[in-house]
Amino acid sequence: MNAASDPGPALLEVRGLSKSFGTLRALQEVDFTLRAGEIHALLGENGAGKSTLIKAVTGVFPRDAGIVRLGGAEVAPRSAKAAVDAGIATVYQEVNLLQNLSVAQNLYLGRQPTRFGLVREAEMRRRVTALLAEFDLHIDVAEPLGNYSVAVQHIAAIARAVDQSARVLILDEPTASLDRHEVEILFAVMRKLAKRGIGVVFVTHFLDQVYEICDRITVLRNGRLVGERTTAELPRIELIRMMLGRELAETTSERAATQARQAGEVCARFEDYGKAGYVAPFNLALRRGEVVGLAGLLGSGRTETARLVFGAERADSGSATIDGAPVRLQSPRDAVAHGFGYCPEERKTDGIIAELTVRENIVLALQAKRGLAKPLSRAEQDEIAMRFIRMLDIRPPEPERPIGLLSGGNQQKVLLARWLATAPRLLVLDEPTRGIDVGAHAEIIRLIRELCDDGLALLVISSELDEIVTYSDRVIVLRDRTHVDELEGEAVDVSNILVAIAAAGTAGAEAGQA
Amino acid sequence: MRLPPVAITAIVFVVGFALCTVQFPNFASTRVAANLLTDNAFLGIVAVGMTFVIISGGIDLSVGSVIGFTTVFVALAIERLGVPPLVAFAAILLLCAAFGAAMGAIIHVFDMPPFIVTLAGMFLARGASFLMSTESTPITAPLYSTVSDFALRLPGGGRLTAIALIMLAVVAAGAVLLHFTRFGANVYALGGSRATTALMGIPVGSMTVRIYMLSSVLAGLAGIVFSFYTAAGYSLSAVGVELDSIAAVVIGGTLLTGGQGSVVGTLLGVLIQGLTQTYINFDGTLSSWWTKIVTGILLFAFIALQQAMLGIARRAGPRKAGVLKS
Repeated sequence: MNAASDPGPALLEVRGLSKSFGTLRALQEVDFTLRAGEIHALLGENGAGKSTLIKAVTGVFPRDAGIVRLGGAEVAPRSAKAAVDAGIATVYQEVNLLQNLSVAQNLYLGRQPTRFGLVREAEMRRRVTALLAEFDLHIDVAEPLGNYSVAVQHIAAIARAVDQSARVLILDEPTASLDRHEVEILFAVMRKLAKRGIGVVFVTHFLDQVYEICDRITVLRNGRLVGERTTAELPRIELIRMMLGRELAETTSERAATQARQAGEVCARFEDYGKAGYVAPFNLALRRGEVVGLAGLLGSGRTETARLVFGAERADSGSATIDGAPVRLQSPRDAVAHGFGYCPEERKTDGIIAELTVRENIVLALQAKRGLAKPLSRAEQDEIAMRFIRMLDIRPPEPERPIGLLSGGNQQKVLLARWLATAPRLLVLDEPTRGIDVGAHAEIIRLIRELCDDGLALLVISSELDEIVTYSDRVIVLRDRTHVDELEGEAVDVSNILVAIAAAGTAGAEAGQA
Repeated sequence: MRLPPVAITAIVFVVGFALCTVQFPNFASTRVAANLLTDNAFLGIVAVGMTFVIISGGIDLSVGSVIGFTTVFVALAIERLGVPPLVAFAAILLLCAAFGAAMGAIIHVFDMPPFIVTLAGMFLARGASFLMSTESTPITAPLYSTVSDFALRLPGGGRLTAIALIMLAVVAAGAVLLHFTRFGANVYALGGSRATTALMGIPVGSMTVRIYMLSSVLAGLAGIVFSFYTAAGYSLSAVGVELDSIAAVVIGGTLLTGGQGSVVGTLLGVLIQGLTQTYINFDGTLSSWWTKIVTGILLFAFIALQQAMLGIARRAGPRKAGVLKS
């Protein structure tokens, strides 16, 4: 933990790394420095570029520009295998080992000790047992790996990586599926490795764990480097500001324009609504002509709240009323029948159907709502498609083009059109501006406001705090799957949201340690 | 301790043999046992290759046709062209190796389903054997009579023939290769997850090529053994043997989706099919197609068993064993 005060030599140096996917610039001239014997947190919200950075460094993706030096010598692995050979090993959240092989075979696959071409099974087991004992793991290595818990599998994967002479060990969200006790064991292993001089990169979204184990922190945001700090000198609120915040000046001026709006009557109300182990019960009232923003860090329960509201998950407590009448939202079908719409975060996998045309994508939800017995005529479909293409300015304005060929911003508009065609009363937007270029970004925000002015109720999730502040009338702040604060009117600004997240965070951390 | 599938196969075989013995007192003899091995020698050899393919997560539908092709090729080479039998054997095994390597390469390079590629191989090999000859060609070379005369005499009148010995040798070598070498570990790894195996640095492409090569070479060897057995080459021989061998592998406890299985189980699977046939021969009144019906029932039973065991394993979830903090 004290390595920070005595900076060791740079072990892994990344300089000016860039990577684009089509028009999306996933990484822009990112620098990253890892020293020998330190545990270094790599932080950022979804889409910040953490995974892209790891994959570009370890050769899973080719990089567009930039250099990587390991111990002073330039390396450019072309595959994960080449990276391991060079001394950079990665252990992913999904353990990349084979469940059906024994623990021993997993650790020595491809390099088993042999005599006359036969694997020396006893020798291999003895060596693997000794190796795992160094990690305080005492298990029967002849058993299939799949018989052991995820924590054991993680340690086995780390042991394999380290045993193949890794100098840099990258752990991508290793603690996401571990309980507290297992996290302790993993941390003990990480500290032991750091003491041996291995550089450990720790990717996580649990800030408490960052403060518990990391020496230094690098924060990425929207594919750019925000900064590198020593953990001891970085207050939690400052860290959250690095992860979420942007230029504050620009937002305050934008905010003024939204004041004039008048919220209408309540159209949907949720009381003590929640699901055990998913989101703590919350109260939420959504009014016509009002935008409610959900703010919080990754994993704080924003998307979970949206999915409960839309019936994609079933609540196990509380009640929901629409226009004063109690309703049961058991499935998205129920929600759609009540006039709800939901644009999910993963546009590519949960939203668009890439092979279908723009027209077919637009009429999808409306047709589903009417039922198969009442098909929309082709003329009606064309009319609806053209109306929304004009209204939302979807480009190119060709209803028969497969949607997969459109840019991200225009895909997002088609998704909006799909729900608007059903004339909804409530629309839930999960990260509506994710992966969209700057121009389209402003346009989506303008659209959100217009829709609101037309009397729609909107529930919007975004990691962009200044964006949320721009269009929200109210902001609900989440932390640890609990609604912790609600800001309204004048109080809606970036610094108040940051304070709410950080305050809750500190409380959460203390509770966790107690 | 859970019973592994191969143990269940063994129990089925032993119980079946016992039932046969109860009904036909002279069933339990070395003669019956030795004949069981001789009659199923070619199936046993080809099923060993199929075991490797299926454990690696693939399938090889071409093996029956390769056996047919081999018998015709060998018969014509020896009888029409006067090639010495051993030279003909070497040539056909090389040809089979090339054929299997080509299928493996196509599967890997073009990322094609093994089912389709080996189905194409099946038509190709069967078609080619018809092209060479549509008639049954008897083989009269002296080597053939020598081989069929050779046998280890067992106490009780059983004759352990040369082809039965070849089959047992293939099973033994296959078991060592699968269970005690790096190659074998890689076969299991491929069946566990191709992508993960590649990430762990195993040359997935060359493994795929070698696995299908092994299967085709063993099919070629099975074809040679089949030509010893029938002393003829015929383009219609061994039709459907690919399915018999897949059945034997699955009944032997190998997971059809790959990743688990054993060579010994496959041998037991072959012997269970042979046992059914022998029972029918002893009975004398039953149609020989009852073999297929029993095989079908056993297949259903074993696939249901595998699914049930997978379901139990999934419900139980991973154990939290072995986490010790010092």
